[in-house]
Amino acid sequence: MLEIMDLSMVNWARAQFALTAMYHWLFVPLTLGITWIIAFFHTIYVKTGNEEWKRLTKFWMKLFGINFAIGVATGIILEFEFGTNWSNYSWMVGDIFGAPLAIEGIFAFFLEATFFAVMFFGWNRVSKGFHLFSTWMVAIGSNMSAVWILVANAWMQYPVGQAFNPETARFEMQSFAEVALSPYAINKFTHATSSSMLTAALFIISISSWYLLRGRHQLMAKRSIVVAAVLGVFASIFTIVNGDESAYEIAQVQPMKLAAFEGLYEGQINAGLAAFGIVNRDKQVFDDQKPFHFEVHFPYLLGLMANRSFNSFVPGMKDLVYGNPEYNIMGSAQKMVRGKEAIANLDSYRHAKKSGDEEAAATYLSAFNETKEFLGYGYLRTPEEAVPPVALSFYAFHVMVSLGTLFPLIFIAYLYFTKKGTLERKKWLLGFGTITYFLGLIAGQAGWVVAEVGRQPWTIQGLLPVTVARTNLTTATVQTTFFIFLFLFTALLIAEISIMLKQISIGPEEN
Amino acid sequence: MINLEYTTLQHLWWLLCSVVGALFLFMNFVQGGQTLLWQVAKTEAEKNLVINSLGRKWELTFTTLVLFGGALFASFPKFYSTSFGGAYWVWMLILFTFILQAVSYEFRKKPRNIFGSTVYELFLFINGSVGILLIGAAVGTFFTGSNFTLDANNFVTWTHPFRGLEAALSLSIYSIFNVSLGVFLVLNARTLGAMYLVNNIAPGTAPEMEKRLRNACGNNCTYSLPFLVIVVLFLVLMPGYGIVDEQGTIAKVGFKYLKNLFANPWLLLMLLAGLASLLYSVWHTAVKEQNKGIWLGGLGTVLVGLTVLMLPAYNNTSFYPSKVDLQSSLTIYNASSSSYTLTVMTYVALGIPVVLGYIAYVWWAMDRSKMRMEDVNDQSSY
Repeated sequence: MLEIMDLSMVNWARAQFALTAMYHWLFVPLTLGITWIIAFFHTIYVKTGNEEWKRLTKFWMKLFGINFAIGVATGIILEFEFGTNWSNYSWMVGDIFGAPLAIEGIFAFFLEATFFAVMFFGWNRVSKGFHLFSTWMVAIGSNMSAVWILVANAWMQYPVGQAFNPETARFEMQSFAEVALSPYAINKFTHATSSSMLTAALFIISISSWYLLRGRHQLMAKRSIVVAAVLGVFASIFTIVNGDESAYEIAQVQPMKLAAFEGLYEGQINAGLAAFGIVNRDKQVFDDQKPFHFEVHFPYLLGLMANRSFNSFVPGMKDLVYGNPEYNIMGSAQKMVRGKEAIANLDSYRHAKKSGDEEAAATYLSAFNETKEFLGYGYLRTPEEAVPPVALSFYAFHVMVSLGTLFPLIFIAYLYFTKKGTLERKKWLLGFGTITYFLGLIAGQAGWVVAEVGRQPWTIQGLLPVTVARTNLTTATVQTTFFIFLFLFTALLIAEISIMLKQISIGPEEN
Repeated sequence: MINLEYTTLQHLWWLLCSVVGALFLFMNFVQGGQTLLWQVAKTEAEKNLVINSLGRKWELTFTTLVLFGGALFASFPKFYSTSFGGAYWVWMLILFTFILQAVSYEFRKKPRNIFGSTVYELFLFINGSVGILLIGAAVGTFFTGSNFTLDANNFVTWTHPFRGLEAALSLSIYSIFNVSLGVFLVLNARTLGAMYLVNNIAPGTAPEMEKRLRNACGNNCTYSLPFLVIVVLFLVLMPGYGIVDEQGTIAKVGFKYLKNLFANPWLLLMLLAGLASLLYSVWHTAVKEQNKGIWLGGLGTVLVGLTVLMLPAYNNTSFYPSKVDLQSSLTIYNASSSSYTLTVMTYVALGIPVVLGYIAYVWWAMDRSKMRMEDVNDQSSY
């Protein structure tokens, strides 16, 4: 039987990982998205030979470089934190989870790192064609790294292609194809990269709008806006469509996450989709309090989103905790019972194996195999522990969706007024445009909060709770590293923002 | 269809991880160059030359470290969980120094960088000195052992409050070995850094600095020799941790690493050839004033690195021994991924030559004309 440890240490480890991931995701979306736009600008320069496009390419490249450096700094920590703070996890699923990380290193990071130097410093050192090729390779390399890290993340949400090996007491890979081509992974990748593209488009819109308001670099700003807004329209619409697909997938494989971010306690047929609301934070899954102080719903739409049909039942948190025989839903309470049986049978099996009693070992193994899919639930202390933080999930989801709906309208407005030739006079739009990048960052952060907070208490959905996945460290140790990271990342972020603002203020001409 | 025995896969993957680790030690010329900055570059122009020359390569070194971690995670997850989770403070401090490095090239000369150029140069120095010293001490524990136990679920408990830093800070004779290995790596990185800069900066661009670099190359190699002797003496004389029966029982074995060298004479040959290459390359650079020493010095470092990483793993040896519970020690047999995963990863590894190929091509294409002063005055320079 595993020892369930000090929860405060686990929470600090969660906080540290969240801190690193959130800082990392402040920089990565821009890296993923803007490389395509830079490659596009660079292509136009090579095709036309027009120095204006070269200046434009170099300007956005410089801002990309500043952002990229700090993205790299936060990225290396994430990889190693799996080992340092979640060492039991690293052992239990390293057989599966390590592979995409290694592949990311071999095929994506090297592509990015090798051609990065050519992209930045190759202007007079290599041929124009090879230089352009390098810029495209950086875009492909950074997005390929997103492929593999999202394959890894998707596997944590939907652990396919694996089986628990009672001999080694770990999960082992059974099918690499299932892991790499998991539909969850494909959705995650397309959602993350399309939202990154729209974030990069917003970055360009923000800076270009500021230039137009100041009456500086107007030609560059207008050209940049057209490219960014066209890309932004497609990326933002694709992100919405793909987000809907993600929600459907979550409903199928992580129904508790869906119920949490919708604040749905009681399962319903024809449930409404929450438009907005104020969550009652005192509400517990077992009591009769109202879930919201105030709420507005779009009727019927939740069933449509979750099951692709009206008149369908969407389970609520109560159903998923205590079970609902009418809809054949086994709750975490029932799963816990089976999980504890699985743990006991596994321990007995290993004990019998050790003492050489093969007959008893075979009996225990057979009993274990019947309940092994519930193994992770055996480590929960209460059935209610299976419910993630509802308010945080709800607000994060609705912030993400609201902003996601707004973005295509912004891009369309920019295109419309550009076509009419009146963009420079639309001060209200340009003023709002300068802050849209921050809205993009907020939407991205909220998206990851939905994905990761909504998965709690699991590190691997349904298989491995965070309380087991942790490293055996003291709370004080993790608190110390948490605050070192907080101090270091914040100091570097301040420097990054200061440098970035100065470079924007200098503008392309002096570059 | 790849159909290798499980033990062959385990040996193959330790070899591949060792190759990545050894390449990382070669690429540490970047870190070595960072620690030489204040010593060899006396003017702002010279500093800019050094930073821009190293700045075209720092990401490759960084990525090699990331790959080293990723490859170990995929192929030997029990090492990943035991060492990173157990020796927490060593790895955290190493990581902090690499965070500092990652921003420093880009931020150092940018206007309004808040902290000023000197602070970013200090960050680079810390990365090149503290970071590499600690990596050396951590590798030292592959031979001298660590303080951990694994329970029935293979979950690690570290039994020393320093959580890995005791490898360098505890009052043990083996700390001398760990620290000596770390200091040797730092000094070797500085030797390589000097050779790289001599090679990469166009002759005559900064003649005074070139002289200082050649001196630094010779001096750092000379300073590293006593530490090398200590490391080699320890390796020859110290007991090791070996698998002594069919059940995989681990026991202390006298002169284990010496025995491993004789059991695998190619390791001995690699060590000797590596050291000879290193010394010859230093003589070539410092005394003969030639410029291509980095290649032979790099090869020498890779060969020595391969020996250091394979010596404690092959020939039925524990590559990550536990001093407090011998049976918790890790071997390539008990710490590896499943046969299936190692096979999948072997298919993946078939792509490595392509990766090495384009790295070599880009390196050649970018460096065929050497760095000149006008390169560091370019607006896109660091």
